[in-house]
Formats: sequence, C-alpha cells, structure tokens
Amino acid sequence: MGELKVHRVRFFDYMPTAIRAMAFNAHTERLALARMDGSVEIFNFTDHYFQEKVIPGKDSRSIESLCWVGGRLFSAGLNGEIAEYDLENLRPKYSLEAYGGPIWTVISNTQGTQLAIGCEDGTVKLFEVLEEHIQFERNLDRQKGRIISLSWHPSGTHIAAGMMDMIRVFDVPTGHAVQRLLVDRGIGGSKSRETVVWSVAFLSDHTVVSGDSAGKVQVWDGHTGTLVKTHLVTKWDVLALSVSKDESSVVAGTSEGTVIQFQFIAPTLHQQDKEWVRTRTFKNHTHDVRALAEIETAIVSGGMDTHLVVRPLLEKFDEKSHASGLRKIHFPHRNLVSCAKKAGLLLFQFPGQLELWRLGDSDGHGEKHTLSKKREMEEIQSISLTLFKQKGEDHICCSALSSCGGWLAYSTVSSVRIYRLQTDNNISITKVLPNPELAMTTKCIHILRYTSHGSVLVFQLHCIVPVYGSCPSAMGIHPTTNNLTMVHADQQLFEYSIVEKQYTDWSRKLQKQGLHNVWLDRDTPVTHVTFNPKNPNQVVLHDMHMFCIIDQSLPLPDQKTQFYNQMTLRSLSEQERPSHLHAFKICKTFQDLLCVSLLDDQSLVVVERPLLAITSQLPAPVRQKKFAT
Amino acid sequence: MVAHAEIRVVHRGGSKINFREPVITNDSRFLLCASGESVKVYSSSSEECVHDLQGHTDLVSGIARNPSNHLQVYSCSADGTVRLWDFTDGILIKTFIIGYPIYSIYVSEKHGGVVFVVVPMANDKSSELFQLVAVHLPRSGDQEVEARELSAVLCDVSPSPGAASFGREGEYVAAAKGLQLEVFFFKKQKPYRFFLKPGIKKGSKNAFTCVSCHPKEDCIATGHADGKIRLWRNFNQKKEYTYSTLHWHHGAVNTLQFTPEGTNLLSGGIESVLVQWRYTQENQKDFLPRLGAAITHIAVSPDGSLFCTSHSDNKITIIQSCVKVSAIIQGLVKSEGVRTDLMIDPRSKALVLNGKPGHLQFYSLHRDKQLYNLDIVQQEYINEEGLDQFEVVKAAFDAHGDWLATVEERRQKGSELEINLKLWAYDEQTQSFVLNTTVTAPHEDQITAMCFSPSPETTMLVTISFDGHFKAWLLADHSDTKEGASWSCDFVGGYHLLKPGCCCFSADGSLLAVGFQEVVTVWSPSSWELLTTLSQPPGAIRDLCFGRLSCSKYLLGTSTKNQLCCWNILTCSLEWSTPMDVSLLQADPLSENIAAFCSQSGCSDLFVFKPGEPRPLYSQRALCTGKVQHAIFAPRDQMLESCEEHAQWLNRSQLYFLTQHMDLMTFSTKTEEDRLLASSKRLMVDNSVAVTPFYLLLGKHRLQQQQQQQEALTNPMAERIQLPQGSIAIKELLYTPAHVLPSASFLCSMFVRSLLISSSSAREEKEPVEEEMESEEEDSEGEAELRDARQDLEGSAAWGPGEELGTPALTKAQERELRRVKHFDHSWLSSLLEC
Repeated sequence: MGELKVHRVRFFDYMPTAIRAMAFNAHTERLALARMDGSVEIFNFTDHYFQEKVIPGKDSRSIESLCWVGGRLFSAGLNGEIAEYDLENLRPKYSLEAYGGPIWTVISNTQGTQLAIGCEDGTVKLFEVLEEHIQFERNLDRQKGRIISLSWHPSGTHIAAGMMDMIRVFDVPTGHAVQRLLVDRGIGGSKSRETVVWSVAFLSDHTVVSGDSAGKVQVWDGHTGTLVKTHLVTKWDVLALSVSKDESSVVAGTSEGTVIQFQFIAPTLHQQDKEWVRTRTFKNHTHDVRALAEIETAIVSGGMDTHLVVRPLLEKFDEKSHASGLRKIHFPHRNLVSCAKKAGLLLFQFPGQLELWRLGDSDGHGEKHTLSKKREMEEIQSISLTLFKQKGEDHICCSALSSCGGWLAYSTVSSVRIYRLQTDNNISITKVLPNPELAMTTKCIHILRYTSHGSVLVFQLHCIVPVYGSCPSAMGIHPTTNNLTMVHADQQLFEYSIVEKQYTDWSRKLQKQGLHNVWLDRDTPVTHVTFNPKNPNQVVLHDMHMFCIIDQSLPLPDQKTQFYNQMTLRSLSEQERPSHLHAFKICKTFQDLLCVSLLDDQSLVVVERPLLAITSQLPAPVRQKKFAT
Repeated sequence: MVAHAEIRVVHRGGSKINFREPVITNDSRFLLCASGESVKVYSSSSEECVHDLQGHTDLVSGIARNPSNHLQVYSCSADGTVRLWDFTDGILIKTFIIGYPIYSIYVSEKHGGVVFVVVPMANDKSSELFQLVAVHLPRSGDQEVEARELSAVLCDVSPSPGAASFGREGEYVAAAKGLQLEVFFFKKQKPYRFFLKPGIKKGSKNAFTCVSCHPKEDCIATGHADGKIRLWRNFNQKKEYTYSTLHWHHGAVNTLQFTPEGTNLLSGGIESVLVQWRYTQENQKDFLPRLGAAITHIAVSPDGSLFCTSHSDNKITIIQSCVKVSAIIQGLVKSEGVRTDLMIDPRSKALVLNGKPGHLQFYSLHRDKQLYNLDIVQQEYINEEGLDQFEVVKAAFDAHGDWLATVEERRQKGSELEINLKLWAYDEQTQSFVLNTTVTAPHEDQITAMCFSPSPETTMLVTISFDGHFKAWLLADHSDTKEGASWSCDFVGGYHLLKPGCCCFSADGSLLAVGFQEVVTVWSPSSWELLTTLSQPPGAIRDLCFGRLSCSKYLLGTSTKNQLCCWNILTCSLEWSTPMDVSLLQADPLSENIAAFCSQSGCSDLFVFKPGEPRPLYSQRALCTGKVQHAIFAPRDQMLESCEEHAQWLNRSQLYFLTQHMDLMTFSTKTEEDRLLASSKRLMVDNSVAVTPFYLLLGKHRLQQQQQQQEALTNPMAERIQLPQGSIAIKELLYTPAHVLPSASFLCSMFVRSLLISSSSAREEKEPVEEEMESEEEDSEGEAELRDARQDLEGSAAWGPGEELGTPALTKAQERELRRVKHFDHSWLSSLLEC
C-alpha cells in the first residue's frame, strides 16, 4: 500500500503499578492479581493467559492479600477491611471492617468454610464463609507483634503464623499456640533489626517452610518445632513462598528479583528419605518479587517491576510448544488509547484522569523508512492537551472518543459520563446528562463491552454472534460494510456480517484454510481493530509487538508460505512481487505498541510506550554486587 | 641416509607435569604425576623426585591408583599399554597391551579387575571420536599380557580425563561432551542424556568442561565454560531431573573435585584461586587465592587431608587442608613463546629461557628441576586479557656467566615501543644476578639480536636493532666513584642505513659479523673498523655463525632465499654454499660441530656438520612436525665415550630443541640409555625415602651400630659385614646437602671412624672384638670433647639406653689396649691428611 505518513507518539506516560498479591484458583485455572493501586485483574490460564477481567481500583483501597474460596474472591488490605468481589459486574460486592488494625494476610482452609486473617494487633481472626456473606467467628490466642503471614495445614487443624522474629503454630480447634519457632536475625549490621517472616507454608507432613527478611528460607519440623535446614538464599528479603500442589517443590521470591526453587529430593537415588535441596534460580525480574504462584506447569511471579512473568517448567512439557515459552505480560489486554480519526485527536486513559491530545503537523521530512515501505515523520508534535480529572475516588474503567472528535465518554464502576467536545480553537467541554441507559445511538460512537463469555453483544441488541470458546480480545465494526471483525485471545480471527447475521465468506474461507502457525504462535493478544477508511478491504490490527494490515482482496497464506515476507518482497522485482503477496502484511518496526490507528488522511498513528521508559521510572532496585564493579 | 637406530629423539627433562591430574597415594606421602613418557613419583613433603617410572614409549596419558592394592598404580599411555607399577620401589609389575592409543584411565573400587580407558573409535590417530571402554585385565602371571577383552561403555566421549567421573559406589558413570551430559547406569545398562541449550543470550557459553560425582550421594557436579557449576540431581529420570547453579568463576571452570567424604567441592580455573564449596551450603565457600597460575587439575588425597593443584605454568602445588601451601613442584615453565631463545648459563649449566611473565627461569636439565626464577621486569604482573605488559624478549650471558644482559619491551596500541636494556652482574655472595645498569630506550626500535664478546680482555655487549644501528656497550670502570662499574655505550655503527638482522662474534672475540639484510659486514671490535663485507644475494641474511676451534676461520650464514653459505674469513671468499631452507643454525661451543635445522614440507630435518668438512656428521630426516625455532647445545657434565662415528657429536654436549608444540626434546644414544638404566638400578638399592638427612646420618647409623654390637657379641665373625656399611656413612656424608648436615666437629669423628674401620679391619683381622670396641670408643671420644661432664661417668660412654644394655663393662686391660690403638690411629690419620 505504498508509503504512509506516521505519527509516532511516545508521550503517553502510561505507568502500570506494582503487583502486590496473587492467588491462583487451580479449579477454574484463574489467576487473581492485585496491584498497588487496588485494582484486581483476573487472568484465564486456560485461554492463553488472557486478562479476562479487570476490577478498577479505588484511591482508598489497598490490597495486601488475595484469597479464592471456591469461585469467590476475597481480598484484605492495610485499610483493615476484607472485601469480596462481584466477578460478574466487576466491582467489590461488599467490604467488612475486621477491627484488628491493618490486615497483612488472608487465607482460607482447604474445605473453603473458613477464612483466617492476620492483623497488625497480633490477632488471627477466623471468619465463617456463608452463602452470600462472611461472618466473624472467633479470635485465636492474641500474640504480641503483628501477624505477617499465615498458612493453614491442609487438614485444617493447625495454622502457622509468621510474625516478627518468630513463627507460631496454632491449634485451630482450641485456638492456642502450640509451637513457637524462633527465627534468627541476620548477621552483621542487621542484627539489631527484627526479622520479619514474610511468608510461611505449612505442608501436609507438618513441615513448615518460612521465608524471612534476613534472606533465609528455613525448613522446620512442625511437630517438634525444630529447625531442619536453613538455606541462605539472598542478602536481602525473601518475600514470597509458594508450594506446588504435590508439595515436591517450593519457590521463593526475593528482593533481588530472583525466584529460587527448592525441591524435595532423595540424596541417593531409589531411597525414601528426602530432603529439601535448593535447585534452580530464575531471574526474570529486576525488583522485588512480591507475589508468586507455582502452578502445575509453570511458576508465575510478579512484583515491583509491574510485569507478570509465567515461567513454564520445561520438564512438564513433552515437546517444545506454544505453551512452553516464557511469557511476560507488560500491558493490559485492553485499549487505553482511543483515536478520533477525522479530528486527529488522541485520548489517553489513566486510572484517575484522561488526557486529550491533538496530533500536529511536522514540516520536517524524516528519513525514508524503507523497511516497511512507510514514510515516517520526524518526531510527533502534539499541540494541545486537556486533562479530565476524575472526581471521586473510583478509577476509570474505560473511555472512548468519537471519530469526529465531538464526543467523549468514560465510565467508572458506578457511572458513565458523556461529554461534548468543541475543538475548533479552544477545547471546551460540556457535560451531557449522564444517562445510565446509554442511549448513545449517535452514529459516531460505539461503546462496546466485551463480555467474558465469548459472546459479543452489539448495543441495541441487534444480534448475538455465535459463541466461540476463547475470549474476544479486540473487535471493530466496519464503518461502511457494518461487518464486525473480532480477534480472540487464541489469535483466531472472525468477520461477522451484522446485516446478514452470519459469518462472511472471507471469514469462512479463513477458518477453512486455517491461520498461519506463525500468527498463532504470537504470545500477545490483539488489542485493537480498526479499518482503512479509504480501502474497505483493509483491516488494521495490532498487538504489543507488531501491527498488521489484512488485505482481504489478497490470497490467504498457507502454511508453507513465508509469513513475514516484507524483506523478501523488497528484494524481488516488480513483476515477481504480486505472486508472493498474501493477505497479512506485518510490520515490526514499532515496538511496545499501545495503539495503532489509520487516520482519514491516510496517516498512521502509532502510540508506543517503550518498556525502558517504564523501567526508568521504577524506584531503584536493591543494591547487588555486580562482578567487576 | 643411514638409519641411526641408536640415536633416538626423546623427551628428557622439562616435560609437562601438569598434563594430567596428579595422584596422591593412600598414605599421602607420594605424589605421582605423568611427565612425558614417564611417571614421576615425588615426595609430598620434600618435593624431591623419588622415582622416575620409565617404560612407556609414548606420552603417559593417565594414572590411577589400584583400588585393590594401595601400593600400586596403573598408568596408561598413547603407546597403547596400561602398566601396573609398584611406586615405592619403582618396579614395573605388569604390562597390559590394549593395542589402541589410550587417552585417559578410570578405575572404580566396585569394578574389580576392570579398568576403564578412553580410546579412539577408529584405530587411527586422526580420529576425532572417542569411546569409553571397559578392559578386563586378565589374571596371568606373565609380565606382559594382552588385554583384548574390551567392552564399550559409552560412545562419543571427550578424551579429556576430567570429562568423565564414576559415581557413588561405581553405580554409574557420568561423561560430558559439548552440551551433553550422559549418565550410564551399570546395573540397568541404561544411559540417560541431558542437553543444555547452546546459550543464545549474550554469548553465554554453556558447554561442559568437567564432571565430578559426589562419592556418597547421587549428585553430579559439572563445570561449564561460562564459569558456572551445576549440581545435577534426580538424573535417573528423563524429564524430572533438576539442577542448581553455582557461579563464582568468571572464566571457564577447568576442574572440579569432590573431597572423599563429599563434604566439600573444589573448583579451579583461570583465576588461580582454589574455591572450596560446602556441599549443601553452597553460599559458604572458602578461597585459597594467589596460587600463581590458572588451575588445570585438582587432586585430593584419599584421606582428604592433602589437596594438590596443577597449574598452567607446569607447576604442582600441594596444599594442606585447604589453607596452607606446603610444597611446590615446579617444572619447566612454557609460556606461549620462547622469545628469549634457549641459553645455557655458563655457571650453573642450567637452561635459561622465559618463565613466568617478566621472569627468566633457570632450569637444571640434569636434575630436571627448576633452580630459580629471576625477576627481570620487576613489576607486578596483572592477569588480564588485552593488557600490554613488559615482556622479556632477549637475554644473553657472557662467556663466564658473570654478566647477563636482558631486553624487555612493551608495545601498547597507539603509543611508542618501550624498551629497556638491563645488565645484571653475578653476585658471588647471594649466588644470583644483581641489577647493575638499566638503559632505557637503548635503541629506537626493536632489538633483534644481542651478544657478548667472548674475548677475555674486554667485557663487551653488542646489540643490534631495526633502527639500522648496532651499538657496542662497554663496562666502564669507575673505581674512583662509589657506584662501581657500570655500562655505557661505546660505539654506534651502521651500514648504508640497512636494517641489521643478526650478529655473531668469532670464537676469540676478534671479529664481529653483523648481517645487514643481504650484506654481511665484518668488524674489528678493537678499533671498530669495517674490515670487509661479504654478500651472497639474493636473500637477506637470517642467521650468522662463526666456526669454533679448528674451524674458526669459517663464517656460516643462512639467507631467507634458502641458501647456506660458508665464507672463509682468511681469504674473504665463499668457501661453499648449498641450497637449504635452514631455519636455525646452532654451534656447539665445545666442538667444531654445527647443527642446522631445516624445514621441509611441514617437517624439520637436522644436519650436524663441521664447516670444514663436506660430509655431514649426522643427519636425520623428519625429526618432528613443524619448524624448529629454538635449539641449544647443553654441555654434558660427564663426557660420553661413544665409538660410533655418527654418535660422536653427542659426546661432549647434548642437543636440545623445542618443537612447535613446545615440547623439549633431545637426542639420546644407546650407550647413554644403558648408563641411565644402570644408574636407576643402582639408585634403587639404597633408596630410603622420606627420612630426614639426620636420620640417614644418625638414626640409621645408630641402628646399625646397635645391630653390630649385638652381632659382634654373639658372633665374633660378624664384623666382616661392617665394611660396606662404613663406606655408606662416607657416602651419606658426601651426598647430603651441606646445609642439612650436623656440625663439622660431630661429623669429623664419624668420618674418621669410618675410615678407621676400613683400614684397621684390613690390617687387624686378628682382634675383631677389640676392634669393634675400638670404634665404639672412638665415637664416644669425639662426643666427649663436647661434654666433659659426662666423660667421667664411665670409661666408654653410651649414647642410648639400647647401647647401655648391650655394652658390658669393659675390663681395665681392654680399655688400655683400646687407648693404645686409638692413639696409633690418630697419628695414622694425621699422616693421611698431610699427604
């Protein structure tokens, strides 16, 4: 399609917040993730680690710990409240004051009947899980000093509690502390500092594993209260522990950003007595690993450096496949940027505010960018911006801008607001009456809601698209043909004609032939679909690492054709070229993409957020001795 | 050419002792290491070489203790044999002929009667593939047995001995090659293979370098090229295996070794630091730094008390309990290039060449031992890649060994060449060289050659350099000032701005020949007058050499265009010339002989000839592969009487040369080998190892005396056997180093007594009992001089309780008789001393 003018936008200062807690539900294969800003994200591990749901945060809420009870999700935080979430409507269902000061941790027993929380005032409080609610049951013996971490013995009779300088084992029926395990302090200067037992794990053979702020992972005998083994793994803190389901492996996350695996291994082969041996070290983080989960086939970790890492355990896979690759999830699987195609406006969504930018012109002619056959303008030039400060403490869920640039809408958990924009010379905003029914039948704005059940509801309930097994990650309605293009988390692509209420011929052809393996092996979902206003055959979509223009007039690639063929095409002569063309034109020139859109004047807007820029805004990591420094 | 079967090219002296891992014996008293074609037995306490187990005809490639007999070792060699030795006596017990070149050997206690060797897959030397085979050693009484019962264990293994290891109780063997670790279980007869990724990230090098198995638990430690150590566990599973990683080394891990109980893991690499990891508590590690050079092998004694590390500079360090270096066995240091050439120190007759960086080493070829290192550069050596440091590039001795001249240079990128000329005087008191003069920047460019004038009148040094000049340096005597003599430049010469390449003094020092490219100029050093020029174009002069003794009128030169020319200096004409690609010309200082090494089609040939005679004395084709760049005639300490004509040139001195692979080789004749064999046999008789010289002198002697005493009392005829024993005492006295001897007054009496016995026993055979008493008396008399107080205790003083018991009280008459004899003997001795 020749050359394009490119607006390369790098001024969207999107900053994800640190991951604080994590809980994995082995039953539903969902991972719940809590961030520092109080938002909760649900990832579906059966569906390509897709970020299925996001519950936006709130200024006053902080989450220290997450806990699944069956399909219900509970959180507790330093504000002293326990909250349960409504996973259908993506908002907190209720929250309950525990009256024990800040809450450090919340756990449930294996039966799912009780919750235990560890409080700042030294109490472990038990709550009964009822049908629709939870109810305070009783306190265990109150201790001096805060309860930092808790772990319930699988049988439900004992609870191990990590405290300052010690671990307590409680007998749950009586509520008395039965063991007191003293944890050594660090050596040298840290001798005077109390050791914080950041994490404990109670195994079914009454072994207690603890990770503490002196950098030790210790293995204790829970019956006798004796120390079995000490592994000094770091000079800093061990922040998180996670036990595999079969209890043959424990992983520990440290402040150095490493995840260390311990395995229960017999020192001599074919013998029964086993011991905990430190084995592998994974280093995928630069900062504290605050949250950790060892699942069947992978180790999931997250921390201060804001990205979620899924490190597959290679020995659990028979062959190298799509699932056995390391995965890092940096950006939300949603659209944070909307673009007014006609007006050349960009709307950036932050948790607490919206930013509106206008694309400017550049007189400078950038160097001819030959690789993608697109012409790149120098640096992009934005003229004006407007800030919408969100009032109230709820964070913004989603936002949209009409393509004419005249309308702006955003929603929080509780409300939807629509504004009228006048952008001739000065931007002015007029608030339109908030209408919860959202009678937004104006042709220029579609607020689309992605439901979590694989079906797509088009507003006004025009029709229901047939259900597909994977979540849709992006969709768009063609402005002229009214075809709905959907991309799913498993990278499948559908086109549905709303008019004829059936899949289009092109979509059927594509499904028949199947998508190219290279396309299917990509590990980030497509987050945005848009169309070329000039050429109705062209669909533009992008994920984090590439953007793709699908030309429906060209033949589809089969498995044998070279998928990334831009370089080959360039080397071919004009006559040979058409025979090698196929429908997927992929450009990887731009990285860490948040939005790609084609304006009406055939210029391309590319919003990038370099990961390096995110890393540079993080606080400094703990000091580590580097060789030769 | 005549086939000279009697002259062999052999490794003798200066061979590698760090080639393979040394072996410490069960009692930790001896250290065995492969050294060229022999196995050397060192005492671990005194560093002395006790035995040289000779018998292999090719490089020894491995040693292993015999698990069923702790006094025996196996050795294997590239000659295709495994030999069993008794190392305490140095006796070859058995030879097992395998028939394939062997690269390493392993034994396991659980596999009795079996040794495991690494042999090539195909029976030719060029084969790149190796396999580990089990050899069943046949039980037979013969000295030489053919062991043909081989069974392959693992295919495609690395020939390096560190790349395989036997696990707990010999249940499995682990072998690593490239990126693959293979574990073979003997019971199940099943191999497991583990692969590492080639390492795409940032040039990380994952390849295995070495393997060691834990002796008590099932854990395999592997070292890697990127400096990591991995501890593998659960390796009897295809997928559920696991490993942990330790990382301290920044370079490749050269060697790994578990201690016998498995409590510690030792590792070493380029950092020359011995690292001791606590097993299961790998955060705690101990270091033994500054071991001098990169560690190549680590061996641990069976009781775990003694470690020894081999180093890349041909050194073995013995370490006691990981804290103290207790002994260092230093071989000939072979750095990357011998830039100084080989030299012979005229005083110590030691071979002198580059040693450690910035040092000259003095290596005694006769004793096969490094004498000392001379620090030339006197700067700290920093072991880092890409750092330019001063290097000793030239060195020369004067005729008497009084002066040593050295040149060091440092070339840094982007800056000028730094050259220092240093002159060292021999100091009689310290018995070493002392820096006398340092000349910074003696020339503007590299110094290409340097030689001292051999004339006895003047002490003159000539240096020639690429800057087109040669300079003569004279020792200027400033006896009036306090500084003493120092060196200064006397003359600067040149010839048409040509670059000189080589120089040579005639045997009497009256002529100096300097080769300026195609032209040889002959100068008179007394007047610095250009006497004549000789030239034989085409081709620049590469090497110059004057004839010696009767041939001193000849000047030999080699040119780059493959010409060997001989000029007659008297007539200033070309005597003869022959087309030869001579890479090296070396004159024997003790005879007229000149050795010329020629390179031809990848091989080196040797010709030994006299300049005046047309026929070569000796020639050998295809001496070795590659060019011979360095050779030296080392004078023999004993002249050889060889009657064969072609071996006569080896009578006075021995020709050593360095091959391309830095192996020091020499020529050995049949008579010489016979003599060596005889001497080694003789040595075997009176070898008593690991006893102090004091014990040799006193303890053993006393024992003998005790025995004699008793024997003499019981059997009067027994004193005859004391004859050779007396001579032993003399021998011990003469052969023990002076600094370990007891005081002279003490020794004197003993010495005298030993003489007495021999003489008196010859004369006075009639009084055997009294004679014996006499010697006893004599001994005590010498002692009595020192302590008068004890003298009056008894007539015959006794040394020990044993003697007191064995010595009955003497009668007065006997005592008198003894006194008389003693006086007589003293006078006899004095007369002996006078004459």
